[in-house]
Amino acid sequence: MTSRIGPARVRVPEQAKKGDIVEIRTMVEHPNESGFRHDNMGRPIPRHIVTSFSCTYNGKEVFSATLHPAVSTNPYMTFHLRAVETGDLVFTWKDDQGGITTATQKLAVV
Amino acid sequence: MGALVAGACLLVVRPAQATPEELVVALRETFGDRSIRKGRVKLELPRLAENGNVVPTMVSVESPMTEQDYVRAIHIFSEKNPLPRILEMRLGPHNGRAVVSARIRMATTQQVLAVAEMSDGTLWSAAVDIDVTVSSCT
Repeated sequence: MTSRIGPARVRVPEQAKKGDIVEIRTMVEHPNESGFRHDNMGRPIPRHIVTSFSCTYNGKEVFSATLHPAVSTNPYMTFHLRAVETGDLVFTWKDDQGGITTATQKLAVV
Repeated sequence: MGALVAGACLLVVRPAQATPEELVVALRETFGDRSIRKGRVKLELPRLAENGNVVPTMVSVESPMTEQDYVRAIHIFSEKNPLPRILEMRLGPHNGRAVVSARIRMATTQQVLAVAEMSDGTLWSAAVDIDVTVSSCT
């Protein structure tokens, strides 16, 4: 089985007023195989999951997560963020087989 | 409708149970001897999950999210999945609002627990029962 991670999809409002609290939605395409399932022959399917996620805003970490096998296929998470200044949001997902995906989205603060 | 009735029956016949040992161990490993109080946390899940593979889950915590008083982390635990830990999310005052959501797997009918760790070190929680018709993990 080849290691597959991504692509990722994120939804960030294009612009926000300074001080607004915006919702950030994130998803990465990933099998997130729990390691608890078996194939048709009864052989265990090896674990392959996203283990960490982080979001930085102008270089500063503003949200991070540790994921366990009970997160669904194509891990989806949402959180909130206070819009302070125009800048890049960089999202990073890492899996337990060395796979990595990043996505960048600009948040314009007016 | 049929599914709703079946779910209700499951809820009625389900015996009262002590918290499984694995969850107790995970809570102790994560929080030490600190007491986990009930309140300040709202955990929203469907009461009945037709499909345990994708259970939409939302956690909101009452907090001003200021530099002085904020939610440091939100943890989601399972009572009866193969592993007690589901997801840990780390937050700070820059989040403005302590509201997060995710999609998680439920192996069976059980209780889900959300624990919020505040900046002052106190722990607050909410637990919700969920009936699962089709299990994940099989």
